[in-house]
Amino acid sequence: MSRRNRGFLVAGVLLALLVAGVGSYYASSSPDGLEWSAEEEGFGHTAEDSAAADSPLADYAVSGVDDSRLSGGLAGVVGVAVTLALAGGLTLALRRRSGAPASAGDPGDAGATPVPAADRAC
Amino acid sequence: MHVPDGFLDAPTSVATGLVAAGTVAVALRGARRELDERTAPLAGLTAAFVFAVQMMNFPVGAGTSGHLIGGALTAVLVGPWTAVLCMTVVLVVQAVLFADGGLTALGTNITLMGLVAVALAYGAFRLLVRLLPRTRTAVLAGAGVGAFVSVPAAALVFVGLFAVGGVADVSLGAVAATMGGIHLLIGLGEAAITVAVLSAVLAVRPDLVHGAAHLRRPADLAPRPLTAPAAGGAR
Repeated sequence: MSRRNRGFLVAGVLLALLVAGVGSYYASSSPDGLEWSAEEEGFGHTAEDSAAADSPLADYAVSGVDDSRLSGGLAGVVGVAVTLALAGGLTLALRRRSGAPASAGDPGDAGATPVPAADRAC
Repeated sequence: MHVPDGFLDAPTSVATGLVAAGTVAVALRGARRELDERTAPLAGLTAAFVFAVQMMNFPVGAGTSGHLIGGALTAVLVGPWTAVLCMTVVLVVQAVLFADGGLTALGTNITLMGLVAVALAYGAFRLLVRLLPRTRTAVLAGAGVGAFVSVPAAALVFVGLFAVGGVADVSLGAVAATMGGIHLLIGLGEAAITVAVLSAVLAVRPDLVHGAAHLRRPADLAPRPLTAPAAGGAR
């Protein structure tokens, strides 16, 4: 990966961490458009707790961390990291290899090749 | 917009689950054409960024808030098929780790935000980019309009699903009016955030933006001065 690309990616990840880890504390806590409409129109009560409601990160708070700024910030940072790992891993596995001739041996290429092969098998 | 468990009955949730699974399967094939060494890491970043910005609920008045969905932003940045995958990863992480959006409603949420929002946003974007002059402003306008329409569209598709499988017996016309109205306002926020982020990326790395590929001149690939008379009508 070129240095320019790496710089852009690092800056982007830092910005995402900042938004989720710090900025989210200042987000509006009012109900969102769907929740609000459901209450207005009288079907809000039909919502059920998700089976994931006991997750230690449920509702963007880390269970056991009392400080709401810290708890929400940590949850945001974990979410960004997990999303980056899953989406980055998936898209790296799917990408077209520069199979063009004379692509002077990128060591990353050889190591990653088995991934899409396994992917196709299933 | 994250639909919780319970709003829709089991058959409807199963049906949207099948739609979501089929969409993801097709997107896994389509995304291969969009992703290469350069764009794959950007796609991971785009998903992480959408996750972060979705935490930033903005007030929409009347004690309501909204947040970015990201259909237009992801589709224009990384291409529509990859956008479906990015949105799906975000929605899965939110549902499983953060209990944001139900688990049985995951298929519904992927259908609404991963399929409907992305498809409508990208369709409107392509149409406008085709009609408007070939400029960066046109790309931003197309993305902004795509972002704006995608939000009430997804909201109305939810109302359609609610008409088929909503468990509560309430007036559908009223639900459609309330959902459509509030999501028109949220759509304005969606458009503003989409245009702001996209113009920032276009300012520093226009070469990374999937939806701006047509702005790149052949000269970028083979630098040779004074070849194009620039009068050619060919698109």
